[in-house]
Amino acid sequence: MPEGSATTVVVIGGGPAGMAATLAARRRGARVVLIEAGDDVGGQYWRHLPETRATADEHTFHHGWERFRTMRSAIVTDPEVELILNGHVWSVDRRDGRPPLVHVMIGAADGRRRQARTFDPSSLVIATGAHERTLPFPGWDLPGVFTAGAAQALAKGERVAVGTNVLVAGAGPFLLPVVSSLLKVGATVAGVVEAAGWPQITRGWGARPWRLAKASAKGVELKGYIAEMAKNRIPYTVGSAVIAAHGIDRVEEVVVARLTPDWSPIPGTEKTITVDAVCVSHGFVPRTELAITAGCALDKDTVKTDQNQRTTVPGVFTAGELTGIGGVDLALAEGEIAGAVAAGGAPPPAAVRRRKTFREFAGRLDAAHGIRPGWQTWVDDTTLVCRCEDVTAGELRDTARMTGSRGLRSLKLTTRAGLGICQGRTCGRAVEEILAAAVGPDGLLDAGRTAHRPLAVPLRLGELATTGEDAG
Amino acid sequence: MSIHVNVAGEQVEAQVGQTVAGVLMSGGRVSWRTSRSGQPRGVFCGIGVCFDCLVVVNDLRDVRACQRRVVDGDRIEFQEDDHA
Ligand SMILES: Cc1cc2nc3c(=O)[nH]c(=O)nc-3n(C[C@H](O)[C@H](O)[C@H](O)COP(=O)(O)OP(=O)(O)OC[C@H]3O[C@@H](n4cnc5c(N)ncnc54)[C@H](O)[C@@H]3O)c2cc1C
Ligand code: FES
Repeated sequence: MPEGSATTVVVIGGGPAGMAATLAARRRGARVVLIEAGDDVGGQYWRHLPETRATADEHTFHHGWERFRTMRSAIVTDPEVELILNGHVWSVDRRDGRPPLVHVMIGAADGRRRQARTFDPSSLVIATGAHERTLPFPGWDLPGVFTAGAAQALAKGERVAVGTNVLVAGAGPFLLPVVSSLLKVGATVAGVVEAAGWPQITRGWGARPWRLAKASAKGVELKGYIAEMAKNRIPYTVGSAVIAAHGIDRVEEVVVARLTPDWSPIPGTEKTITVDAVCVSHGFVPRTELAITAGCALDKDTVKTDQNQRTTVPGVFTAGELTGIGGVDLALAEGEIAGAVAAGGAPPPAAVRRRKTFREFAGRLDAAHGIRPGWQTWVDDTTLVCRCEDVTAGELRDTARMTGSRGLRSLKLTTRAGLGICQGRTCGRAVEEILAAAVGPDGLLDAGRTAHRPLAVPLRLGELATTGEDAG
Repeated sequence: MSIHVNVAGEQVEAQVGQTVAGVLMSGGRVSWRTSRSGQPRGVFCGIGVCFDCLVVVNDLRDVRACQRRVVDGDRIEFQEDDHA
């Protein structure tokens, strides 16, 4: 039997958005089940050492750490919140006119003999966050090439530095906290390479780029990172990208080139930099698979919501990165609204005002640092695109040209790109864009299907068999 | 608190709360898996999304090293995916 009562709000994801939703729903008197895949709440932003390794300097790795501690303590001490840690929501079952059933596997990640549970929510808040988007380049599959978030996660969650001499590259202000964390765990940062040039950045942020941010904690946070970089004499180069990594069994050097405004490398501007690690992030992709399985309509790759954070499915709300990449402050504001309305209350006016401010911030972020199509010119035919199935850009382009097919699905089936164990989470968007460019001006017939995945997290075959019995 | 795990046949000291990836990288490794075409792989995304970091833990294959916390006595082995 699925668990739940008439007033149960189920929240999937214990990041800033899910935590804010939980507390807001509790303030409106609902019982809450908060399900988080990790072994503590905090999400990507407040990722920290586990309790068993707690250190006195944890707060130096974070912004708003006191706020996190207060929110966390309100959640873990509240008997009306059932906090399920190590709870991996692997699917949801659609039902007419009601929120879906929520299927969870509880236990160690990828372990065996985990406990299966199913919840029947009166309202559901999906707050599963985002993962990074890293554009492929020759050599990006060499060990020592990481996403910027990996460097961040290993520093905050393990106190491990990904290298001793590290270059940080990609696009957006997220590169800055990564530098800060790398310095704290003892790495030297060789530089930050931002793909957007000053024209893109200043047009995006507007005439007075910091005016918007100044009013907020975010402005203070970003200014702190910039001061730290200046103090450590870390060069910040704009309008440039890492276009190749070289090394035997591990990155030894990277090639950085200047870019045109559409992000095509300018021949003759290449410079080689010696590093033992490079961390690359060009933006984020919302983790929408559960929302899609629940039947929520999308707007490009984000989940469509109304002003109360409702999705198009009755009783299903969403908050945080799923509605558009906006960072922690937007996640907190949206979470608070979603939780309050999911519990039958009105949207808190202060949260509505904060959401407006940070949506604007998010819009400018995208204009200032959004990916431009010229990146495909640094992806030569030998560049590996799908890291699971080892498919190169040349194989993708040749298959599109030789078969004359414009179907994304059929081209993926032929090449196996995006069909490996990560289900295209890492390469899906790049595969789609490279194929779209290769098939010509008419484009792909079934564009945008990359985010459709039957399982949100992997299950073992034996587990699938037992859940069948339990749910039945 | 210190515990011991076995990494590819070798006893290694680890801390409670470290992930398998944390233990391997603290020990100076950057790669441990071999991809289909024989390329070395280690951590890439660090948050359980890319599956580059897979290891065998106590005979169970396809465990994400960046997600699995070590337990005293764990036996960690490296896997090759060259079954193309
Ligand atoms: C690797 C990484 C590092 C980042 N570091 C920073 C940083 O240092 N500074 C910064 O400003 N921004 C950072 N960000 C951006 C980040 O997206 C936002 O700052 C903020 O954390 C968004 O909050 P959220 O609640 O929407 O999502 P998240 O914080 O991502 O929280 C989502 C939560 O949902 C859980 N979840 C997802 N799927 C499931 C499932 N199927 N079942 C159960 N639980 C699930 C996840 O474990 C996670 O805890 C980072 C992003 C990434 C991907
Ligand atoms: S490093 Fe990507 S899943 Fe572990």
